[in-house]
Amino acid sequence: MTFRIGPRTSQIIAHAVLLLMTAVMVIVLFFIIFYVLKNGVGQISLEFLTGKTREMGKEGGILPSIVGTVFITLVATIIATPLGVGSAVYLVEYTHTGPVRRLISFGADCLAGVPSIIFGLFGFIFFVIKMHLGWSILSGGLTLAVMILPTIIRTSEEAIKSVPHSYREISYSLGGGKLDTILRVVLPTALPGILTGIILGIGRAVGETAAVIFTAGSSLGMPTSVFSSTRTLAVHFYILAREGISMDKAYGTAAVLIIIILTINFIAYRLMHRFIARYY
Amino acid sequence: MIIRTANLNLYYHKFQALQNVNVNIQRNIITGIIGSSGCGKSTLLRVFNRMNDLIEGVGITGSVLIDGEDIYSPMHDLIQLRKRVGMVFQRPNAFPLSIFDNIAYGPRVWSISDKKTLSEIVERSLSAVDLFADLQDKLDSPALGLSAEKQQRLCIARLLAVEPEILLMDEPCSALDPIATGKIEELMIELKKKYTIIIVTHNMQQAARIADEVGFMLLGELVEFGTAKMIFTNPRDRRTFDYISGRFG
Repeated sequence: MTFRIGPRTSQIIAHAVLLLMTAVMVIVLFFIIFYVLKNGVGQISLEFLTGKTREMGKEGGILPSIVGTVFITLVATIIATPLGVGSAVYLVEYTHTGPVRRLISFGADCLAGVPSIIFGLFGFIFFVIKMHLGWSILSGGLTLAVMILPTIIRTSEEAIKSVPHSYREISYSLGGGKLDTILRVVLPTALPGILTGIILGIGRAVGETAAVIFTAGSSLGMPTSVFSSTRTLAVHFYILAREGISMDKAYGTAAVLIIIILTINFIAYRLMHRFIARYY
Repeated sequence: MIIRTANLNLYYHKFQALQNVNVNIQRNIITGIIGSSGCGKSTLLRVFNRMNDLIEGVGITGSVLIDGEDIYSPMHDLIQLRKRVGMVFQRPNAFPLSIFDNIAYGPRVWSISDKKTLSEIVERSLSAVDLFADLQDKLDSPALGLSAEKQQRLCIARLLAVEPEILLMDEPCSALDPIATGKIEELMIELKKKYTIIIVTHNMQQAARIADEVGFMLLGELVEFGTAKMIFTNPRDRRTFDYISGRFG
């Protein structure tokens, strides 16, 4: 006689296993956030947030790094968003499904999985040296733009593909041209999905170290233009911890970085929900 | 005569979906096209506003004339055609926009942006489908919040806003209950005074109730075409008789 688990028992086991998996994920996530905030929040003060960095980061604040991070991320997002969304629109709306489109999608997927340090090396050779942009916010932003581009293309592509075909049909049947249909129907409907891709991209860009060390440098001065070299929060954290300059300041920096990322996500989700809730 | 096809054949890749269709459709009446699923009736409907163009691998031979103009000639303006020949789809398919924006969609595509003109168009279109009194205070609320019947009316209003001449209706009541169906049918009878209506339906009773002329299709072929009275009481073709008497379909 073979031993069999009844359907009821197997349901319960499946439920329990899935619950456990989710619990592990949530606990790890909250542990990381809690741990960093616990060690870091105590370091955060007005002086820390608004002060200049002194003695290599041992003293003073992190304002130059906050400014540098914001600008590098901004440059990357401003460049990568139109390029990414534009390519996704082109791929879905203007090309037919076929080997070429599959090859481009496959390429984008591969590119999304390339280690960031490779992008850093590319950015260093291409933007910093060949284009004579030097170590600068611009070089770093451009490199990050290239890095997050595949993510934005692929998520936008999926979002645009999932817009019901009937919406396009109605638009055409009302005399809308292709461009009207894309601008008035397809993109607004796909917007939540596209935004998700942009947020993922911003998240990667904000937290990136390897690619920006090579391209934006690690100078501690206050950036004055996009041609200034800067040290992003993630790089600052890395250097503080790696070189043993100050673990306290390192945790403070990490806490600020995490708070920034959480805030960006929170705002983006609120915006998205407001947008969706309006018409559904 | 408003629409005339001559030796119309349509292929999806190798599959022939329409076989040598010759049909004459009169102005300001309701023409019903009946037949079982997959007989090509929706395909025929979509020939008249060239919606089939959106599908890859569709090829057409023969001619389709609207008011004497060949709509498949390369010179023909596709966008003008779609403005003139509007379509109501099987499912109520409002955009996820407000009621106002749904109806203003067509006019806005046609570069009308003046708020006052748009409001007038919205009011006129909603009135034509008997929705204005009901919805005039809710123009900013989401269209997808309406009942299926009202959404379908809204879709008709959205279509009327672009001032078409011909309304193509692809089983417009198949997602509606009998009461809502009755109301949409009344609306269609009202609309035929101003518009030429072609309706595809798998519901023979519906065709009998509202259509003036009826075509019966089978396997891509237009088997018989004539007045509703003739088709339903005295069909000439054996296959038509079998279909309307419920032998198949």
